[in-house]
Amino acid sequence: MLEVRNLTKNFGGIAAVNNVSFSIGAEGNKGEIVGLIGPNGAGKTTLINVITGVHPASSGNIFFEGRDITTQKPWQCARSGLARTFQIVQPFPAMTVLENVTAGALFSGGAVNKLDAERIALGHLEFVGLAHEAQRLASTLTLPSRKKLELAKSLAMNPRVLMLDEVNAGLNTGEIDKALELMNSIAASGVTILIVEHLMKVVFSLCHKVLVLHHGELIAEGVPREVAKDAKVVEAYLGHKFASKLQKMDAGASSNV
Amino acid sequence: MLQALANGLMLGGLYACIAVGFSLVWGVLNIINMMHGSLIIFAGYVTYFIWYGTKLSPIVLLLPVIIALFIFGYLLQYLVINRVVKRPVLTTLTLTFGLDMILYNFMNSFFEATPRRISLNWGSFTIADIVLPIDRLVAMALAFILTFVLYLLLRTSKVGRAIVAVRMDRDAASLMGIQIPQIYAITFGLGAAMAGACGVLFAVAFPVTTNISGLLLGKAFVICVIGGLGSVPGALIGGLALGLIESFGSHWFGPQNAITIGFILMLILLMVRPTGLLGVKGYE
Amino acid sequence: MNKSITAFLLVFITLAAMPFIADNYFVKLATFIAMYSALALSWNFIGGFTGYPSFATAAFIGLGSYAGAILQNAGINLVTAWVFASIITIIFAAFLGFAILRVKGHYFAVGSIAVVEVLRLITSSWSSFTGGGDGLNVKIMEGGPDFAGRVFLYAMLCVMLLAFLTTLWVDRSKFGFGLKAIKQNEDAADMVGINVTIYKIAAFSLSAVFCGTTGAIYASWIGYIAPVDAFSILTTLKVPVMVLLGGEGTVFGPVLGALVFVILEESVWAHFLEANQAILGLIIVFLIFFLPGGILKIDYRKLLAKIRGVKGA
Repeated sequence: MLEVRNLTKNFGGIAAVNNVSFSIGAEGNKGEIVGLIGPNGAGKTTLINVITGVHPASSGNIFFEGRDITTQKPWQCARSGLARTFQIVQPFPAMTVLENVTAGALFSGGAVNKLDAERIALGHLEFVGLAHEAQRLASTLTLPSRKKLELAKSLAMNPRVLMLDEVNAGLNTGEIDKALELMNSIAASGVTILIVEHLMKVVFSLCHKVLVLHHGELIAEGVPREVAKDAKVVEAYLGHKFASKLQKMDAGASSNV
Repeated sequence: MLQALANGLMLGGLYACIAVGFSLVWGVLNIINMMHGSLIIFAGYVTYFIWYGTKLSPIVLLLPVIIALFIFGYLLQYLVINRVVKRPVLTTLTLTFGLDMILYNFMNSFFEATPRRISLNWGSFTIADIVLPIDRLVAMALAFILTFVLYLLLRTSKVGRAIVAVRMDRDAASLMGIQIPQIYAITFGLGAAMAGACGVLFAVAFPVTTNISGLLLGKAFVICVIGGLGSVPGALIGGLALGLIESFGSHWFGPQNAITIGFILMLILLMVRPTGLLGVKGYE
Repeated sequence: MNKSITAFLLVFITLAAMPFIADNYFVKLATFIAMYSALALSWNFIGGFTGYPSFATAAFIGLGSYAGAILQNAGINLVTAWVFASIITIIFAAFLGFAILRVKGHYFAVGSIAVVEVLRLITSSWSSFTGGGDGLNVKIMEGGPDFAGRVFLYAMLCVMLLAFLTTLWVDRSKFGFGLKAIKQNEDAADMVGINVTIYKIAAFSLSAVFCGTTGAIYASWIGYIAPVDAFSILTTLKVPVMVLLGGEGTVFGPVLGALVFVILEESVWAHFLEANQAILGLIIVFLIFFLPGGILKIDYRKLLAKIRGVKGA
């Protein structure tokens, strides 16, 4: 469904995204949940920005449902069925919660008019558990509610691929568990999810597949368990010194058996 | 042709001085100070009348005028403008526009709009067919010197560096313990002071009248777009560029069209490279 | 919403009735109020709804004035000239918008002022076509001042009504919803599926069309236009102030602001000729400090607290 080929994005002299290729949500894998992990500064958000057209790609291609969308602007991606949330949430602050989600439904969710869009919006608000706050101004919401709002807004856009950028940052354990439930339901309805995450618990419990980014390059791809053992990944997170210490410890342990 | 070059350079120095205060305020406080042109004229008038009455050389008057306008600017920012400094550009621009109307009216009533010029009659000297009026040369030299002094101030003094820090990142600067309202007031004061200096120098080289306060403001805009915001080198490059453009434009297309060319250039730059030739990014 | 419509009708009917209830002075005043209402409502599309502070208003007025005047002088009938002037203005605005709407905030504001200046300077130079700095004379309407006064009053009122109806439509439509989203968070609006560029250009063009029309009508009304008045920086700065005064982004705010401003200006001008600019300046300063959202958005409790605070300080 979403395929990225040799995608590179340069800022000045630095390659923030370097020759990245992967594919998610392919036929038969709809409703796949793919994790995108990597140390800070690895280029995860930049990758999402390039895919959705916020930054133009320096080279490479992006394919969505078979069509080349490399040069599409964000609004075109949105209308095609590719939605994303922002790491630092981006609501419409002076609009109500309902209006925020209505915008999603109206401009890319296929609603025929504002009234229709509101109806759809309410449905999504109920799904995330924000229906009771429908008339509150978005700027007055707490952080967990804002994240839910962001999620509801992107769901209202009727996406086939949804990219979530650290949607759990700042939430406590209970809130995270609820969020995981929501995401499983979304995937179950056939939406492919790409989720940028730092919390390993989320990655392990939720993701069918994991992509690991480091210094803009894709260094590993696979099932969570496998990726966690990958030496390159360990080194990326822990640094060379620690990683080699760990390797020696492992080697020492196995030689004592 | 060479005369046009010389004229352009002389103008350029003065223009840089016109713009540098405006650019600093815009770059650091994120405020477009619509009063800037009028402040220049105000200083010009005041200097003229003191010169006329006491025959004191304008060079001598330079320092007191600068100090007086610094204080005026400081107080204005601290007491009035600081309250709205975080509001969007439309609000702050409208406020300074309102303040400008008050100043403009005051000047018109008090000084009347007749053009005044401090005629020093220093003559001129000629090199290879190029006429260089001495008063304009002196004005240009002083303009460059003052601009350079400001540059040094920003780079080396504690206050200057604090101002640059605020320009780069207001929140980070505040976290470092820099008192933002004070820095804003000082910066605005500096902007007014430079406008004052410019007014004194301008009055030596050209006739001063309230009718051109808008024109001067317009030139300051153009220079800021050409050179980038909040940087002294930027204002210098922008000023020189505009001086040369107007001089050559006047030479080739006639003096009345020279100004138009400057504005058109600014529009083109805005579309193509809004951060200016030096790429110093202003606020959005 | 209905309150806005009622308020508007009240103002509209009062203005329309002016020839029957008062003398030519008031008819002229009413015409100005109608004109500025149309201008304020226009600005509201790009400045109020979309959040792009445009100072290009005078550029559109001037363009409309000259287009209308030149067409009229070429023999084209009055209303047709006005319509063509409007069309020319909207085309110009679309191209201009495409060029400068890419930059936000300050740069957009400065660029829009520059357009006014450039147009003024070009008009001044191009004497063969526009009469240059000396200005252009337009055929005065026949029928005597009373008749002419009414014609132009009702012409301006028509434009005001059209502008208001357009505002109502925009406010309720998907288009208006999109504009408001752009104003609050342009990146999020893009992300949600709004074609931000087209929307902005459309709003900008809308903000131009009625300015062009009023410019053309004004030229026919006064019978003479010159670059410095047609492309007046003062006008281009006054119009946003009117909208700020009444309440930007609202439906009735611009009309209210225009009404209050023109009346204030008239009273001040009549009594304090020498200081009238200073007093207007003071009014603007007062506006910024005490009426940040405009008259329609006054939070009375906050206002009282502020006044008390100022007194106590």
